[in-house]
Amino acid sequence: MAIAEPPIRIEDAPLNAVRVDDVQLDITLEQLKKLVSPRALTGETMLLNMGPQHPSTHGVLRLLLELDGETIVSCIPDIGYLHTGIEKTAEGKTYLKVIPLTDRTDYLAPMSNNLAFCGAVEKLVGIEVPIRAQYLRVILMELTRMNSHLVWLGTHALDIGAMSVFLYCMREREMILDIYEAVSGARMMSSYIRPGGLWRDVPAHFPQLVQRVLDVFPGRILEYEKLLKENPLWKERTVGIGKISAEDAIAWGMTGPCLRGSGVNYDVRKAQPYSSYDHFDFSVPLGSNGDVYDRYKCRMEEFNQSLKIIRQAMKRLPPGPVMTDDRKVAPPPKHEIAYSMESLIHHFKLWTEGFRAPEGEVYFAVESGKGEYGVLLSGDGSPKPRRVHFRAPSFHNLQPLSEISKGALLADIVAIIGSIDIVLGDVDR
Amino acid sequence: MGLEQKLGDMGIVTTSLEKAVNWARSNAIWPMLFGLACCAIEMMSTQASRYDLSRFGMELMRASPRQSDLMIVAGRVSRKMAPVLRNLYDQMPDPKWVIAMGDCASCGGVFNNYAIVQGVDEIVPVDVYVAGCPPRPETLIDGIMKLQEKIKHEPLKKWQ
Ligand code: SF4
Repeated sequence: MAIAEPPIRIEDAPLNAVRVDDVQLDITLEQLKKLVSPRALTGETMLLNMGPQHPSTHGVLRLLLELDGETIVSCIPDIGYLHTGIEKTAEGKTYLKVIPLTDRTDYLAPMSNNLAFCGAVEKLVGIEVPIRAQYLRVILMELTRMNSHLVWLGTHALDIGAMSVFLYCMREREMILDIYEAVSGARMMSSYIRPGGLWRDVPAHFPQLVQRVLDVFPGRILEYEKLLKENPLWKERTVGIGKISAEDAIAWGMTGPCLRGSGVNYDVRKAQPYSSYDHFDFSVPLGSNGDVYDRYKCRMEEFNQSLKIIRQAMKRLPPGPVMTDDRKVAPPPKHEIAYSMESLIHHFKLWTEGFRAPEGEVYFAVESGKGEYGVLLSGDGSPKPRRVHFRAPSFHNLQPLSEISKGALLADIVAIIGSIDIVLGDVDR
Repeated sequence: MGLEQKLGDMGIVTTSLEKAVNWARSNAIWPMLFGLACCAIEMMSTQASRYDLSRFGMELMRASPRQSDLMIVAGRVSRKMAPVLRNLYDQMPDPKWVIAMGDCASCGGVFNNYAIVQGVDEIVPVDVYVAGCPPRPETLIDGIMKLQEKIKHEPLKKWQ
């Protein structure tokens, strides 16, 4: 049975809806031809399909390569093979229920995504986060950065041919996953950071677990560097490959180690400190050449800086609550529900309906392992967001791929993709 | 059986062809190196240092479908990816098996929306479903061992 719907006039359409007549739907053959050079049409150069099932594309990226012998003439990335509709799905969920979805965008850095979204909600609603929660968030953020970098290093080295580094990195990553599991109960999809603080306080053995990381890691980083830093094979594959200048990197919207590898000093932690990052003393490693090797060096140094921040935060970790006591957004503690009618109502309201955020639009960004991970959140006074947009660093870092790979050798494209550190869940969302 | 007792310890074992072939097949599965999303990261952990899948005779992940007989669908399958996945499955030589790893591959998981195929069994036949989001490496190993059990009991007439 067809349900009669009142006709919607285009003026009444929600702001974020795309008007169909604005979109040019048909693409002419001439436009398609421009993607490759004229030589491809005569058969002088070869077209090669790489992906979406290719071990070195870090997921399901597809590249259409035009090759002149071994040299890449043009490279056309085709994304969307992992499009999950996360942004659209988020519009139908209450604020709290969006958090598990954010875990699954950049699945190598779940906590950073949680923090970006929760930070945006906190900004929109105006919630103060207790200082202990802020410090714990910093510790977890830095562990997440190391987690993300470990997978990057392992897979990047594996792509270039150094298998053992992968096994070492995954071994160290397990230590970080143990911490995730201890705090949140899940190895990967933590959903631990909530609007207003943290889901619960960290368990009693948390300091020991972090201390283990702090003790073990410096030696392990030296081990990786011993394997790679001065290794002539590694340098042969990375030095001078995939160069991008500072101006181009800014123009393409690159952030994170990819931008800093080109020598641009931009780090969200320093530029717009959040979660009391300004309480800690750390430096931002910069490269100079903007090639694969410099990006590698930046990330390796970031390991040390992360350890430095964690060490400071652990030393100064204050006691106190980890969740705001604003009962409108934070659930009351269990024992309160037993004797307080108000708490029971709050609890019921929160878990059935969720809290309401005011009308308005905010942007909140964090520095995740890959770059600036931002959330644009627009609320309409209801318990569900009107629009959520993720500014995914991988997407922006991937954009210049066709530029930087021009003139590179076919084997270098693997090194370049590895060095810009993309996660397809983040690119496609 | 009974021949062994007559022959003493001459190193001869008799069994049925069915058992021998199934035993060989189940212990030398070559999975395809095929990661889709978050679950693929856990699949990598399963192969890596702590969990070490090679203890079960399947450390050889093959990036080419022509050299593999197990497809672990690790992650969510979008509508754009679905034809590619089916294509890969069709390229694998028989006999072949499929493990749906994770909730997304099994039933769509948390993404009940326009973009995700609600369960990979809509496009390829699945032998074992592994629950979890993502499943722990232990869970995946359990799923693989369940599949090995299944292969060991495959009757002769079902061989292709
Ligand atoms: S089941 Fe969970 S972990 Fe696996 S792909 Fe789906 S969302 Fe990611």
